[in-house]
Amino acid sequence: MRAPARLPRWAEFGLLPLVNLCAALLVSGAVIRLIGESPWAALRLMVAGAFGAQDSIGYTLFYATDFVFTGLAVAVAFHAGLFNIGGEGQAYVGGLGVGLVCLACGSLSAWVVVPLGIAAGCVFGAAWALVPAWLQARRGSHIVITTIMANFIASALMTYLLVNVLIKPGQQSPETREFGPGAVMPAVDVVLGKMGIRFAPSPFNLASLLALAACLLVWVFIWRTRWGYALRVVGQNPRAAVFAGISPPRTILVAMLISGGLAGCLGVNELMGSQHRILLDFPGGAGFVGIAVALMGRNHPLGILAASLLFGALYQGGSELSFDMPHVNRDMVVMIQGLVILFCGALEGVFRAPLAVLLGARDGEEKT
Amino acid sequence: MEPESPEPKAPGGGHPPALELRGIDKRFGSVHANRAVSLSVARGSIHGLIGENGAGKSTLMNIVSGFHRADSGEIRVNGRVVEMGRPRDSIEAGIGMVHQHFMLVDRFTVLENVVLGAEGGRRLGDGLAAAREALGRMGGEYGLEVPLDAETGQLPVGMRQRVEILKVLHHGAQILILDEPTAVLTPSEADQLFRMLALLRDQGRTVILVTHKLREIMAATDRVTVMRQGAVVHETATGATSPRALAEHMVGRAVQLSVEKRPARPGRVLLDVRNLDVRDHLGVLRVKKATFALRAGEIVGIAGVSGNGQSELLEAVAGIRPRAGGEILLEGRDVAGAGPGPRGLGIAHVPEDRLRMGVVGQFSAEDNAILGYHARRPFSRRGFLDRGAIRRDCGRKMAEYDIRPQSPWLRITAFSGGNQQKLVMAREIDSKPLVLVVGQPTRGVDIGAIEFIHGRIVGLRDSGKAILIVSVELDEIMGLSDRILVMAGGEIVGEVPAAEATERALGLMMAGVGGGRRP
Amino acid sequence: MDAYRELILMLAATIRVATPLVLASLAGLFSERSGLIDLGLEGKMLAAAFASAAVSAATGSAWLGLAAGVGAATALALIIAFACVTHRGNQVVAAMAVNIIVAGLAPTLALAWFDQGGQTPQLEGPGQRFLGIAWPGALFARRHPLPGLAYAELLSGHNLIVYFAAALVPAAAWVLYRTRFGLRLRAVGENPLAVDTAGISVNLLRYQASVISGALCGVAGTYLATAASAGFVRDMTAGKGYLALAALIFGKWRPYPTLAACLLFAFADAGATRLQGVSMPVIGVIPVQAIIALPYLLTILLLAGFVGEAVAPKAIGVPYSKEK
Repeated sequence: MRAPARLPRWAEFGLLPLVNLCAALLVSGAVIRLIGESPWAALRLMVAGAFGAQDSIGYTLFYATDFVFTGLAVAVAFHAGLFNIGGEGQAYVGGLGVGLVCLACGSLSAWVVVPLGIAAGCVFGAAWALVPAWLQARRGSHIVITTIMANFIASALMTYLLVNVLIKPGQQSPETREFGPGAVMPAVDVVLGKMGIRFAPSPFNLASLLALAACLLVWVFIWRTRWGYALRVVGQNPRAAVFAGISPPRTILVAMLISGGLAGCLGVNELMGSQHRILLDFPGGAGFVGIAVALMGRNHPLGILAASLLFGALYQGGSELSFDMPHVNRDMVVMIQGLVILFCGALEGVFRAPLAVLLGARDGEEKT
Repeated sequence: MEPESPEPKAPGGGHPPALELRGIDKRFGSVHANRAVSLSVARGSIHGLIGENGAGKSTLMNIVSGFHRADSGEIRVNGRVVEMGRPRDSIEAGIGMVHQHFMLVDRFTVLENVVLGAEGGRRLGDGLAAAREALGRMGGEYGLEVPLDAETGQLPVGMRQRVEILKVLHHGAQILILDEPTAVLTPSEADQLFRMLALLRDQGRTVILVTHKLREIMAATDRVTVMRQGAVVHETATGATSPRALAEHMVGRAVQLSVEKRPARPGRVLLDVRNLDVRDHLGVLRVKKATFALRAGEIVGIAGVSGNGQSELLEAVAGIRPRAGGEILLEGRDVAGAGPGPRGLGIAHVPEDRLRMGVVGQFSAEDNAILGYHARRPFSRRGFLDRGAIRRDCGRKMAEYDIRPQSPWLRITAFSGGNQQKLVMAREIDSKPLVLVVGQPTRGVDIGAIEFIHGRIVGLRDSGKAILIVSVELDEIMGLSDRILVMAGGEIVGEVPAAEATERALGLMMAGVGGGRRP
Repeated sequence: MDAYRELILMLAATIRVATPLVLASLAGLFSERSGLIDLGLEGKMLAAAFASAAVSAATGSAWLGLAAGVGAATALALIIAFACVTHRGNQVVAAMAVNIIVAGLAPTLALAWFDQGGQTPQLEGPGQRFLGIAWPGALFARRHPLPGLAYAELLSGHNLIVYFAAALVPAAAWVLYRTRFGLRLRAVGENPLAVDTAGISVNLLRYQASVISGALCGVAGTYLATAASAGFVRDMTAGKGYLALAALIFGKWRPYPTLAACLLFAFADAGATRLQGVSMPVIGVIPVQAIIALPYLLTILLLAGFVGEAVAPKAIGVPYSKEK
């Protein structure tokens, strides 16, 4: 069997993912055509809906922030060789932590509540990843199944809490009361306003700074620290890890805790930055988008930023789209997500050989 | 297919060659594995194919057995051209290959393994009954008795090889190819194997023996072909050549068959192993009460057929396998206590299976050069990796150990086996250990690198360190060691100063006969 | 007597709940034994549920629905096989991709074609569903205690797919252990190299296993939409595909133990549902969400206590390539 064709670096990390993305979009377009709408019109409406106005851009960036957190979560786990599908549940429970802090301390100054909220989000999110992580590390139980189960359990748990325990008294819809004034992540348009710049209101808030910081921290951790090195060894070759004196079970545990913690920060963006209460199903599928984002972004923070932006645009554009095309809605975006995962994940090698031929790279040779 | 009427002993005797290769060429990427190889194997003979690791013998045989497809060239079986596209073509042409790493399903019974691919019908029942009968006869005829209903994975290695051979015979092979068959056999089991091969030859079948062991070629074959760097460089009747001549053809230059070194001057005891018990992952006791000591300035080699506990012993000493009993003391300190562990205390380890655990395939050379030492200065300080220092250090290692290409950023798999092993050795020796434990130091390594590595090991010894070597290559053990321990059945059954060791005596001990420890 | 009656009814419910699990886990059995991790059971079932409900609603025939369901699930299985066998892609990722694609595509198509907010129309017409089949004398037997009731409720009255699933278990065991195909299938999951060198195509075997898996998932999904309920609803599989996989692992990839595991899951589910709203001695009323969460909790417990990893088909999850 021939050795797989090697592409030059720029093609491996730039062109190939782009080609995979185009394949996913092409198939999506075919489905749109199948249900009787025009893919081009849909695309135009989506782009307009995502970037056409100031508040649209704000929404796009707001959604993108969610996906950065869940994408980083999946990526960190991937580097350790784990497929963390539990981002949805970890974000959900992480949000519980954020919300509880906000409910309890909402009257305090934001300088106190925000750090506490972030910490609580991380801790609760990590805690929700703990059991599947421990089971994988100590018992070899397949983490994919246990995290999926944990997602379902989280949903049941949060429903119970929101309906029976945390619900605002006298209200029908399963939500908590509104947080106090200190438990707020300032919106970007408000901050810009204070600096004299006018920007249309949107949920886009300072949690996005946290997301950027998280990107940087993850990059430094994975590629510039000895613990990140150990993590990558475990992910690539657990036997070599044992040889090197690294403990795979412990590393798996740490990786999943970090992953859960990152997912938990989604609550900071959604609850402290936008909703100001805990409500049902606020992650809204972001955990699964994180998988697509991580795969598209090749598990690298820069790629994740780009991919999150793309999916933020899809989400925002998609919801605008459903006004004009009632048959196209969030479900369609979920499908596009799945296609991205398929083409950027499982089928990612399909176009490598044809591309290599196109670029004239010889088989088996490494070009830099 | 039944064997044809036995031919006179002179191979061929008027028949077309059993197997003929003309101009077989094969590339894997940029590696030219087979260069226009032409080969002719006479019917009713045992033909040896020898060459060092990487010479292209395995690739060639994989092409003959249909596993790989040649880029160009022709294959003729009994004079007729055969299209070898898939293994099935080869099997139908009457070729049966016994691979070095057995192609057996551990969970199946012996019977199920033998019939796989020749089941005799869609429903298993009848086919199995017929096969059982046929195998019973065949087993008696060739001395290949095997318990048909035993679980294959539980059988000893020598027995599993018999299953492999029965399998190809059951599939109707007239031409048998055996790839490095004696790696897992004691010398006497190997002799038994050769006797059986002779029997098959006398019945008119053809045998191709692929090996890198000169001894076997001289003992068992009628003719021998030597390969070097993908091409055939020599062919002769075995009776007309000698081991030295063959070795020179294998390497292309005059070869020293032994390692040059000064006599050892052992100093104080560095490593003290007492009553060591080690279990494998299934809980079976693989090392039983092993006791020995390593002194500064000496090389101790452990000889034994693979699978007799040496690997587990090595791993326990290196600290990657827990011990079930006994003690391992480095300069008096127990290595298993809480703390830095064996590596931290000064035991370095070059693992037996380099690709499986000694390197991370997807990492660059420089990232591999710090594996196991990544938390230490100068590679990391306060948790942060110092990439500049890592690169500089790797460059220095590459220059010193002549590792080519000298590019630390390249993926480790872009380097040849020999260069990879040199990097692993460099990594471990540079950590300035007190004790170096090495498993199969030159597996998959070309001869030039072998000499270099042997030289480095001796150099380490002369600087006052202790070295423990495990190798299935008896030549290597006899050549490198100052003192030889023999393991059989998980126990150390013999100890001999290297100067007095003979292959015969060691072979007997390896088989569990004779031995005893000389003080 | 009352307790006996309750028990019989619960067992009958167990059989009904277990059916899709049995079908899906046997589907997984074939593909996992061939060395492919089958996390796509969920998506294949969901696709089948949608396809069968849609076609049944459109044509009025449950049988055409069944054909559509089997076809849809098999098509997805082939896509996964293409990605994982031919292109050696990551099997977990491919399966999750398909699951997510279906989760989005099915409601989208349902909305576009039926305009009911992502569902298919209720299946009400005659022949649109697989309904229970009463065995002769069941009505009479029901009035007679003990064996009569068992006959009436446990044996009789189930729909065709239930009987199919029951027959499938011994059939699967026979194929797996008594045929040439089964031998080769088991071999390829343990040591594909051994199969390849014996002259048998590894890829073909794995494709065949994928097709079987797809077909059985198709039946399972069709059951959900046309037998157990009357139409497709968004996310209606609700994790059953993963429960089936857990049952398979618990059953150590063997047909009969897997059946037992499925029955165990189903029994727990049926029992818990009966306790809904009932006040228990110490705890009071069990919250409905706890009952909903029970199967998932049970799965985690199962996986925690009984690790299947040690006995999984040896080569599972590793794409096959001829290493040099």
